[in-house]
Amino acid sequence: MSAKKAKVKWNFYTIMFWVMRISGICLFLIAMVGFVGALLLGGRVQLDLSTLLRWTFFPNPNHVISSVDVQNGWQNGFWDAVQLILVLIGIVHGMSGLRKVLEDYFKGSKVKVGIRAGLMIFGVGLFVIALFVIRAG
Amino acid sequence: MSVDRRVSLGAAIRYRGGGTMWTWILHRVSGVAMILFISLHVLAGFLSQQWGSNIGFFINSVYQSLAFQIFIYFCVLFHVTNGLRIIALDFYPKLLSYQREVTWLQWLIFLPIYGLSVFIMISRSMIIP
Repeated sequence: MSAKKAKVKWNFYTIMFWVMRISGICLFLIAMVGFVGALLLGGRVQLDLSTLLRWTFFPNPNHVISSVDVQNGWQNGFWDAVQLILVLIGIVHGMSGLRKVLEDYFKGSKVKVGIRAGLMIFGVGLFVIALFVIRAG
Repeated sequence: MSVDRRVSLGAAIRYRGGGTMWTWILHRVSGVAMILFISLHVLAGFLSQQWGSNIGFFINSVYQSLAFQIFIYFCVLFHVTNGLRIIALDFYPKLLSYQREVTWLQWLIFLPIYGLSVFIMISRSMIIP
């Protein structure tokens, strides 16, 4: 099987292909940071499974406040930074995924511009709200 | 990029793409579901934190229910395992010839993790403290 290497044309879709793959891997790795971090902080005995999963998905102190004293390492600048990076990459991943789904069903160049502009506004708005939630947590 | 095929819903359901087609559909559905629920969850957290809104508390109380957690956990875990399979096949295209086997492997990884977690979540919820 000696396949000839196709020449890659770099356009919007090629870039989005890589954005999706790289952000997806990053999201998985950040989730693992949260998971391992929770276990290091003593989550193995302090958290029940759903709480551990909530924290793995998004390391916000509000997700574990029912089980642990969050001042004891669960709420600090490190987890704030992790949440911030997670929200940023998550919104990029989610919005480009939604763009792919929507553009499969709604055709036309003007519609495309509308979808992309709408998702851009949605993503930025969600990011601002998420910033409030992270900082107030 | 995509071709306009004008397929009716009935024809789409009758189309027998097999397991890999269903993973494609589940990947889309779980992705859209996560965007919907996470946006709503963030908004509800914002409303209840900033203004003590009852709507915010109500939405988040739905999220705390066991049934919802089991549902959203399916979306997340399936999206993760399927996404990692897609990335692996993209980086090693030679594996594409074994697409069906790789998909079986994906279910073989997904089902024990999901099943065991759900079993623990349900059995724990039935114990009265």
